[in-house]
Amino acid sequence: MEAYLSLAVKSIFVENILLAYFLGMCSFLACSKKVETATGLGLAVIFVLTVTAPLNWLLNTFLLKEGALAWAGLPDVDLSFLSFITFIATIAATVQLVEMVLDRFSPALYNALGIFLPLIAVNCSILGTSLFMQEREYDLGETLVFGFSSGVGWALAIVAMAAIRYKLRYSNVPEGLRGLGITMLMTGLMSVAFMAFAGIKL
Amino acid sequence: MKAFLKNFFDSQRPHFEGEGKFAKFWWALDGVETVALTPGERTEKGAHIRDHMDMKRLMIFVLFALAPAIIFGMYNIGYQAYSAENLTASGLDCFLRGAYHMLPIIITSYTAGGIAELIFCHVRGHEVSEGFLVTAMLFPLTLPPTIPLWMVAVGCAFGVVIGKEVFGGVGMNILNPALTARAFLFFTYPAQMSGAKVWDVAGSSNLITHSGTPIDAYTGATPLLTAASAETSAVAALNEAGFDLQTLALGMVPGSIGETSTVAIAAGALFLIVTGIASWRTMVGCVAGLSAVTAFFAYGVYGADSGVMLSLPPAYHLLMGGFAFGTVFMATDPVSSATTELGRLIYGFFIGVLCGLIRVVNPAYPEGMMLAILFMNVFAPLIDYYIVQGTTRRRVARLAAA
Repeated sequence: MEAYLSLAVKSIFVENILLAYFLGMCSFLACSKKVETATGLGLAVIFVLTVTAPLNWLLNTFLLKEGALAWAGLPDVDLSFLSFITFIATIAATVQLVEMVLDRFSPALYNALGIFLPLIAVNCSILGTSLFMQEREYDLGETLVFGFSSGVGWALAIVAMAAIRYKLRYSNVPEGLRGLGITMLMTGLMSVAFMAFAGIKL
Repeated sequence: MKAFLKNFFDSQRPHFEGEGKFAKFWWALDGVETVALTPGERTEKGAHIRDHMDMKRLMIFVLFALAPAIIFGMYNIGYQAYSAENLTASGLDCFLRGAYHMLPIIITSYTAGGIAELIFCHVRGHEVSEGFLVTAMLFPLTLPPTIPLWMVAVGCAFGVVIGKEVFGGVGMNILNPALTARAFLFFTYPAQMSGAKVWDVAGSSNLITHSGTPIDAYTGATPLLTAASAETSAVAALNEAGFDLQTLALGMVPGSIGETSTVAIAAGALFLIVTGIASWRTMVGCVAGLSAVTAFFAYGVYGADSGVMLSLPPAYHLLMGGFAFGTVFMATDPVSSATTELGRLIYGFFIGVLCGLIRVVNPAYPEGMMLAILFMNVFAPLIDYYIVQGTTRRRVARLAAA
């Protein structure tokens, strides 16, 4: 239990997927104008990550990994060169599912997220999490925790950024830096602040 | 005298206005005039607030509040150097030696930051703000006295430009500019900022010492470093090194220039609270947060004698390192802190908690105050946002009920 807790803290704060690895920047920059939208997108990312990471773990363990097909009598087959395309397919399917569910049960959020909901499919933090899972050889429980807390870390960062941009409306940013420029600068400064946790050994 | 000054400014004004020769340099006249005289401008429409406290007064009051810490800082640099050389020196000697090391740092900070600020004033056409006077004074006080001057210049320019001017100037920034500068130096040149060798000017001084032979390999570990590297008990190690509670409170210990004396900082805090400049809520929040988290570790689940740093009682944590300085002068920055009243308590509390956590569980950094404040600067707008939302919702409900 303690191991899971420290893995969660590590992936939310110490190795925040957005502010330490800079994965998932595009939707972070594009969708952080309003706190409500950011919260919605953050929750969607948490959900998609929590579902796709274990799904991809199952695929990886029982289909792709070297020797994973032993149960089918093929111990020598190594399909790991297929992992990218398999992971992406799983993610795309899950996102499609989320989209349909949201459209049915929360049309307001569906409309607010607009194009960015399908774009979660190509959000690098989602694929990144699955690839980290594969590379670090987590077991199923760890993968579940890792997927969920990576999502929480991402959501925390985008919600904080949305509130900052809300405050930035009153700022007098130089012409050329308005919009994306100042947001990128602010992201850099945020990741300096998140370095408070760098070096914590868990 | 006043009439003379007024005549002088009035006679110069035509050159700086409209078609005047120096019209582009209007900020120069404006800057000098507001320092010398009370600005003659009046609000022409909208709400009027009549108060003696304008931006200029506010910032200058912060400088007043900093004075005890600055003066003590100068004395302490000299005191630490002389005691490292095993010499006894009078208070004045200590003070002069400290001033010899400290004044160049302050002058560099003002010059480098000032040039950056003036370039932005000129290009972007805003007036020179008094906020800069505070930033460029706070920044050197967070530095070790042995820092190379070029680093002071680079850091201060970074803080002014990236921390403040790209957001549009004073009042529009998200992070505290002085802390941004400090963090920039901390991550760019870690060895010069937080190593064991940086805290003492003894030996690095080219003043001729009383014994005639400067010592060259003296290092003075800060109390935090002593506690963090203790092998059995942090309290015992601190006492052995001469850092008992009284010494820590007075601040006769190695450390960054302005941060060591909790007593001098408390005097400044009192002044800031009485004049209503700094929020007591933020300060109370910080103290409560740090006390809570360190008490939890020291007396709670882990027991008094588990980890070395874990077992250090709250009283030491409150007096050591940059906590007091950060609480009083950095966390309370009205621009980068939370702006709602409840928000300030929450904001301060989390700063205290994070500072304690970084000190106790993060082996990478002995001190956590700077990063704790920066981290909460990032989240302050979010705290405010939710509190305003909550208040709005309650009001709507109350109206609906009435």
